[in-house]
Amino acid sequence: MSTEHKITTQKVNFKVFRFNADEDYLPYYENYDMEVTSEEVVLDILNRIKWDHDGSFSYRRSCRHGICGTCAIKVNGRSTLACKESMNDMVELFGNELVIEPLSKKRAVKDMIIDKGDFWEKHAAVTPYLVADIDENPESENLVSPEDAEKLDEADLCIQCGACHYACPAVEINEDFFGPAAFAAAYRFSADVRDNSTSRLADVNEEKQGVWDCVKCFECAEACPKEINPIGKITKLHQMAFQEGIAKNNVAVRHAVGFKKSIMKNGVLDEGGLVLYSEGPAIVKHIPVAFKMFTKGKIVPPWGITKSQNLDEIQKLVKSSSTVKF
Amino acid sequence: MEKLKYALFTGCTAKQSTPEQMMSTMAVAEKLGIELVELTEASCCGASHLQDYDDFLSLVLNARNIAYAEKHGLTMVTICNTCQLNTAMTKHRLDNNEELKAKVNEKLAEVGLEYKGTSDVTHFLYAIIDDFGLDKLKEMVVTPLSQFNIAPFYGCHNIRPSELQNETHKTAENPYNPTSLDDLIIACGGETVDYDEKNKCCGFHVELQAPHTAAVLTGNAIAGAMDGNADWMVTPCPLCHLKLDTQTAHASEAIGREVELPVLHMQQMVGLALGCTPAELGLNHHLAKVDFV
Ligand code: SF4
Ligand code: SF4
Ligand code: FES
Repeated sequence: MSTEHKITTQKVNFKVFRFNADEDYLPYYENYDMEVTSEEVVLDILNRIKWDHDGSFSYRRSCRHGICGTCAIKVNGRSTLACKESMNDMVELFGNELVIEPLSKKRAVKDMIIDKGDFWEKHAAVTPYLVADIDENPESENLVSPEDAEKLDEADLCIQCGACHYACPAVEINEDFFGPAAFAAAYRFSADVRDNSTSRLADVNEEKQGVWDCVKCFECAEACPKEINPIGKITKLHQMAFQEGIAKNNVAVRHAVGFKKSIMKNGVLDEGGLVLYSEGPAIVKHIPVAFKMFTKGKIVPPWGITKSQNLDEIQKLVKSSSTVKF
Repeated sequence: MEKLKYALFTGCTAKQSTPEQMMSTMAVAEKLGIELVELTEASCCGASHLQDYDDFLSLVLNARNIAYAEKHGLTMVTICNTCQLNTAMTKHRLDNNEELKAKVNEKLAEVGLEYKGTSDVTHFLYAIIDDFGLDKLKEMVVTPLSQFNIAPFYGCHNIRPSELQNETHKTAENPYNPTSLDDLIIACGGETVDYDEKNKCCGFHVELQAPHTAAVLTGNAIAGAMDGNADWMVTPCPLCHLKLDTQTAHASEAIGREVELPVLHMQQMVGLALGCTPAELGLNHHLAKVDFV
C-alpha cells in the first residue's frame, strides 16, 4: 500500500466581511477567489488575504494550536477556530462559496476583530475561580480523586474563544443573559469538590440573566470547538439548584417541577394545568390567546385529557425513582 | 417493499393543543401504507424541563417508553422534535453506559419492564425520508404544491446536537444548512424558501419565563419567511408550530412589525400533496388561517 499523501487543490470564492470602525459607516463584503489546497486551515486563508491581497485586513491569532481561543470567526454562519478548521472540511460542508465573518457583526471593530468586552464582563460576573479556605502551611497535597475530577465533565477545557457566546440567540436578544461560556465556567467551579462558594449558584440562577433564560437551542453545543457542550452544563446547573435547595419559587422553576406533578397525575401532560401551575394568578395574561385556541379546538380541558395506560406503573416509578424534592 | 411499521410515540401536544397533527399523521400514514401502533402506555418525555429538575427520573420514564416499543419489536417513531431529542438522548446515554442502564433497569424491574436497547428511535420526518423514500413519495403525489413558496422551519431539536441526531437517522443533516425538510417540500412539488432563520430557535421553551426573548425569536422567524416571499411555513415540530401559529400578536409587538403566515405541520403538507382533504388534515385548527385550500 502506498503511503504517499496526495495534496489536492480547488478553487474557492471567499466573500469576506470588511469593516473599519474608524473609517466605514457600514460594513461591506469583499470577494477573493483562491486556489485552496487540502492541507490548509482557515487561518491560512486569512493570512493569504492579508499577505497577497490587502495588508489592511485584520484578524486575531496567536497560538495556532487551538488553545488560545483568539482566532474564532464564523464561516457560513458556523463558529470556527480558524487555526483548527481544515479547508477541506469547510468545502465539504458548504461547497465552494464561503462567507467569512467575525463572531459578532455588531461587535466588529476591524474586519474579524470584535470587542469581546461583554463576554469578559459576564465571565467575571460568575465568580470564575475557586473559592476555598487555603491552609497556608499544608502538610500534604490537596488531592482530588479521579471520580471527583470527572465531575467537571471537561468544563475546564474551555479556552474562552467566545464561539458559543456569540452563537447564542438568548445573548443576542437579552444583553444581561450570562451566556453559555459564563455558565460553563460557573459549572466548572461549582462542580469542583474544593469549591466553597455560597453565591455563585445563586447568581447564575437569577431571573432574566441566569440559566432559566436559556432557550435550549443547542447552538452552543454545536459551536464549541472544544466539545464542552455548554448547554449540558446549564442543565447540570439547573439540577444543582434543586439538589442544593436554592431553586427559587418562580415561574421557570415551577414550570420544571410542574412536569413531574402532571406526569404523576396523568402520565401525559396536562398542558393547560401546567401553565396554570407555573404562572399562578399571572395566567390571566394568556387568556386572549387561550380563548382563540379554544375556539379552534386547540385546548383540551383537564377532564378531556387521555391519561396514559398503565398509569399505576408510571406513578410507582415516579415515587421510587425521584431523586429531588422541591 | 415490506410494509413499514412503527411504534408511534405521540407525545402530549398531538393529543392536546395540536389535534390536527395527530389527524394528519394518521391520514398520511394511511396514504403511504405505513402502520403505526400507538404507544398508549407512554408517558410524557419531560420536554427538556423535567430533565432540569430530576435527571434520573426522566431517564427512567423515557427508558420505559422505549421499553414498550421494544416489546412490540418496532422502531419508535416520534412526531415532535423535543420528544425526539429527549428519547434519543436517553437511548444514547443508556446504550453507552452499562452502569446507568443497570440502575435504570433496576427501577423498571419494579413494574416488570426492561430496557434492552433493541429499538431505534426516529422522527416521522426521517422515517419518510430514510425508510419510505422521497422518490416513492414523489410518485404518489396527486396534487403537486407547485404554486406555493414554502418556508421550511426545522426546529432545534431535530438538527442539534448534530452528533446525536445524525446517529439516529440516516439523513445526516448539516445543522448550519439542513436539507431534509427542503427535500420534502420539493418532493411534494413545492418551491422552498431559503432564509436565515430556517434553522434557528422559535423560543418555545422559554415562553413563560423569558417571554420577550421567545417573542423576538418567533417574530424574526416569521419575518424571515415573509421576506423570503413565503406563502406559508412548514415544520416537523408541534412546539414550533404552536409558537409560530399562536404567538403572532406578541411576536409582532416584540419586533415592531406585523407578522403572520400559515404554519403547517409537515404531515399536513405531505397530506395535501397526497390528496387528503383539508378536513382530514385538520387545517381548520390553525389560528393563522389556512385560506389557500
Ligand atoms: S442552548 Fe442556551 S446557552 Fe446554548 S446557545 Fe442556546 S440559548 Fe444560548
Ligand atoms: S465553551 Fe467552548 S465555545 Fe464556549 S468559550 Fe469555551 S471553548 Fe469556546
Ligand atoms: S490561534 Fe489560538 S486558537 Fe487559533
